[in-house]
This record gives sequence, C-alpha cells and structure tokens, in this order.
Amino acid sequence: MTFLNFVISGLSLGSVYAIIALGYTMVYGIAKMLNFAHGDVIMVGAYVCFYAVSRFKLPAVVGVALAMAVCTVLGIIVERLAYKPLRQAPSLAVLITAIGVSYFLQNAALLLWTSNPKMFPPVVAKGSLKLFDGQLSVSYVTMITIVTCVIIMLCLMWFTGRTRMGKAMRACSEDKGAAQLMGINVNATISMTFAIGSGLAAVAGVLLCSSYPTLMPTTGSMPGIKAFTAAVFGGIGSIPGALFGGLLLGVIEIFAKAYISTQLSDAIVFAVLIIVLLVKPAGLLGVEMQEKV
Amino acid sequence: MLKRYFNLKRGNARRVFGTYAVVTAAFLILQFMSAAGAISSSMRGMLVPICAYMVMAISLNLVVGILGELSLGHAGFMSVGAFSGVTAAIMMQDAVTFAPLRLAAAMLTGAAFAAVAGFLIGIPVLRLKGDYLAIVTLAFGEIIKNIFNNFYLGIDKEGVSMSMLTDSTRLLEDGRLIIGGPMGIGGIQKISTFTAGFLLTMIALIVVFNLVNSRSGRAFMAIRDDRIAAESVGVNITRYKMMAFVTSAALAGAAGCLFAMNYSTIVANKFDFNTSILVLVFVVLGGQGNMLGSIVAAAALTILPEKLRQFADYRMLLYAVVLIAVMLGTNNDAVREFLRRFNPFKRRAKEEGSGDDI
Repeated sequence: MTFLNFVISGLSLGSVYAIIALGYTMVYGIAKMLNFAHGDVIMVGAYVCFYAVSRFKLPAVVGVALAMAVCTVLGIIVERLAYKPLRQAPSLAVLITAIGVSYFLQNAALLLWTSNPKMFPPVVAKGSLKLFDGQLSVSYVTMITIVTCVIIMLCLMWFTGRTRMGKAMRACSEDKGAAQLMGINVNATISMTFAIGSGLAAVAGVLLCSSYPTLMPTTGSMPGIKAFTAAVFGGIGSIPGALFGGLLLGVIEIFAKAYISTQLSDAIVFAVLIIVLLVKPAGLLGVEMQEKV
Repeated sequence: MLKRYFNLKRGNARRVFGTYAVVTAAFLILQFMSAAGAISSSMRGMLVPICAYMVMAISLNLVVGILGELSLGHAGFMSVGAFSGVTAAIMMQDAVTFAPLRLAAAMLTGAAFAAVAGFLIGIPVLRLKGDYLAIVTLAFGEIIKNIFNNFYLGIDKEGVSMSMLTDSTRLLEDGRLIIGGPMGIGGIQKISTFTAGFLLTMIALIVVFNLVNSRSGRAFMAIRDDRIAAESVGVNITRYKMMAFVTSAALAGAAGCLFAMNYSTIVANKFDFNTSILVLVFVVLGGQGNMLGSIVAAAALTILPEKLRQFADYRMLLYAVVLIAVMLGTNNDAVREFLRRFNPFKRRAKEEGSGDDI
C-alpha cells in the first residue's frame, strides 16, 4: 500500500508540474521562447491568494479567482512591455529579458511581502480519505490537485481543438507568417497565450502551496525549473506532452525521494531527463522536425 | 603562435591586441591605485571575484558567442574546478609552501577536472541542439550542485577516503575532512591574488583568441552560422563542438578555483543556476563573440550591485530593470545605430570589410 501512496503523491506533485508546464509549453509553442519568468508568476499567484484568504478573509474560491485574475493581467502586461518589442530579436536576448523579468518579480515580491516565509492557509478542505482500513490515505488536497489538473487538461484540449481562438493559436504555432496572411491577429493570439498560461500558473501556485505550505518570494523558481524540465521531457510545444511529462516527473521525484535518497532526488530527476533526451531528442511525445536545408 | 598573430587581418589584430592592451592597462592602473591606497577595501575585495567572473564570461562566450550554443550550466564547471582545485591546494599545503606555485597547481587541477567533466557531459549532450542543449546543461549544473552538496572527502595518514550522502569517511585522529557535504570546504587559505586573477584572464584571452583565429575557430563560426552547410563541406561538428566545450569548461574550472581560493569557505550552493545565468548575462550584455565586451560587462555588473547598495532593498529591483532596459535598448534599431558609432574596434574593421567576429 505504501507503493500506491507514493504513486498518488507522485501524481499529485506531477499534476502541479503539469499545470505549470502547460504555461511553458504553450508559450514556447507559439512564441518560441523560454519564459523563465513563468515560475515567478506562480509565486505571485500564491501570494495574492494568501492575502485574499488569510488577511482579507475572503472565501477560498474568491481567493483563487482573484489570483487567476491578477496573474492573467500580469502575464499580459509582461508580454506587452518586455517581450513584444523583442519579437524580431535573437532568442538569447528574449531569454535574458525573461530572466530580467524573473529577477524583477522576485525582488518586487521581496520588497512587498518580505523574505519571511508565510504559512499558506488551507484553501482546500483539510483531512483525508482513508481506504483499505486506513492503509491508503489520500488527502483532499491531493485529490483536488489531480482532479483540477485533469479538468484543466480537458478544457485546454477542447479550447485548442474546437474554438476559433484555439485554432488561431495552433495556426500561429505552426507558422506565424502564414497565420497572419489568413487574417489571424498574431499579437492578440500571443497575448492570449500568455494570459492563459499565467492564469494557470496562479492555479498551480495555489495547489503547490496547499501541499507544501511555506510561501516565500523564491517559492516559484525550483518548481518553475522542474516544470520546464517536465515540458521538455514530454516534448516542448505539445500539450499532452506537458501533462505526461509533468506527471512522470512528479512520480519519478517522489519515488527517488522514497526509495533512493531525499537529498539526491533532484539529481536523479535531472539525470533521468538527460537519459530520456538522449534516447528521444525531441521529448517523449514530441515530433521530431525534419530540418529544411 | 606568433606567426598566427602576424597573419591576423588588420581589423582582427586591432581587436586582439586592443583587448590585451585594455586589460593590461586596467590591471596596471588598479595595481597602482591600490598601492596608493586609492581603492576602498570593499572594492579591493572584489578584484579577484571580478577576474574570476571575467574568465567565466570569456569561456562561456566561446560556447555561446562563437559556437552559438546556449549553455545554462556553466557554473557546474566552475563548481568542479573550485572543489577539485581547493582540495588539491589543501593536500599540497605542506609539500608546496610557495603560495603562488600552489595556486597555479590548484588552478591547473581545477581546470583538468573541469575539462574531464566537460568531456563526459559533452559526449551525450552535444548530440542535442538549441533549447534542448540548454535544458540539458541546466540539468547538468543542478546535478553537479546536488552531488557536491552530498559529497564527503577526507584525508588522513591512510590516504584519501570519500563517501556520499553521509559522512562515513571514518578518519583517523590526525585526519582532516576536506569536503563536508552541505558545509562545503572550510578553512581555505586565501591565496588568490589580483595578479593571479589578471594572469588567468590574460591566459584565457590568449587561449580563446588563438582558438578563434585558427582553423578550428573558423569551423566554430561555420557551425554557428549554418550547421547543415558546415556539415556538408566536411566540418566534423561533434569534434569541434567538443573542442569548444572542453576548452570552455577547463577555463571555467580554473576560474572556479581562483574564485574559491579567495574565500575561507566555499559551498556548492554558491554555484547554482543563478550563477550560470549571471555569467550568461555578462556574455549577452557584452556582446556575443565580443571578448572585451564580456570582460567589461562582467566587471560592470559585479560592481553595479555593490554601488547600488545605498538603495538597499531596491538594488536588485534596479538591477532587473537595468537588465530589461538594456536588452530592449540593444535590440531597438534606433539605439543600435546610435551605439554603433561608439564602438572603437568595429568601425574600422567594418570599413575594411573583414571579419565581424573574434
């Protein structure tokens, strides 16, 4: 039963990674940039929810909605101010700008909210479900995390596959120039991608802090890197890949912690990533692109 | 080697010798100022780290600027160099009493170990490209940090013993635990000097300029500009990538050793993702492929946070704003045209129609 417990907590952590990875993968797919500031948007979302729920005593649902709203606006502002002027710039310049934004968000958070760790309030109902005479216990947080992840995935699949906006997104990620010729507003589509990604980051932040309830200005950076790894793991640019990569990474991390060593778990996770990329350079669900000569 | 320098095109020669001259002049001026007591003690304490960061920037510029591959794990090599170099220095403490010699030997050890690390990582990594290479080097840097955080190494009469995760070195009474897991290395004799830093910077410049102005260097740039075209005219991509990677790693290792020997304790967490990013920022702000640029950027961006200290809490925020503003500015056509007029080495080289890159 302990094995099953590990699987479940792995899936729960993996769900959080998957939701963050979605933000990375959508932005990468459409703007071909590594948005290193994404991890810090998570942190902002978590802080907004924290203040809404524990200081202003708002209901949890309102707190999450508020966090999503703030992060969505933040994502659009960042994209407009920092990334949009660099559409034609070399990718390294965009990467450095993203790192600059990441520093900015972290230090702004440091000024606004100090470096003291805050205890995240129980946004999700406390307690756990006991199965098999208490041998298997699944906390509500875990269940809600996994369910949320599944719902988000289904919504995104529907959105990108069926709606007009979603189709525009896919067209832009295929070929921006051609999409523009077909009358798609590329800039608006990119903004929307950032908005969706950042909104999801807020959800991920709340879920992450519900499972690991210490909140600091640097809270988002390691999960950000891990989720980015997960996105690459599953094949960056692919939405099912982000889900798959995130879940797998979460399970591997929990297993490494449980069976090998807590201290070396990060090293193991990254080593697995390297091995996977060697065998399948485009990621697990990625499509290998044939280069045009 | 000299013959190669005489054969440099005029624009290139101007850049190469100009860079040497600027670095030497800066060193002499600083040395003079420090003898005259015109430098504050906080500035003096930063001289060696600045040199180390300069070497890091030069070496990363070889990979990012000349070869055109993005590496996000450069601090990993620095870490390997720091830990192996300092360990070697501690072991040699009694045998080699002349400090500069010990420092040189330590830096060589650090460079050698980092080169081996670079080679081992290079074998699998260089088959990947672009953003995938970036994420793998990032992963590699994190792995190195994680390993050193859990690595114990001690020495006693019976020799060297090491262990992972927990300290099971079981040293004899006269033994000394050199690397203590998350505690890192303590009790380092601070033998790094500004002169050593200057010499290492010059060595790094000479190595990189020589490499870049050779057949291999032209191969690097060919790979950067068009990998497929380079491959089709018979450039062995893996071999040249490996050459650039290992050279870069070795220089970073020496820099790491120099850096570590300037402090009494050093921990693995000092060389994390943020350090890699810091060095990458030097390279990008200084100009990819522009060695003097990365040196200046390394010096300026190490001093800047110190000078901003009067703004206390706002300094890192300002730093971030400066970073974003510079990136937006340098990629803006109007600003770019304005800056082009003030670039000392580029103007003439452009008129003569010779190489844009060294």
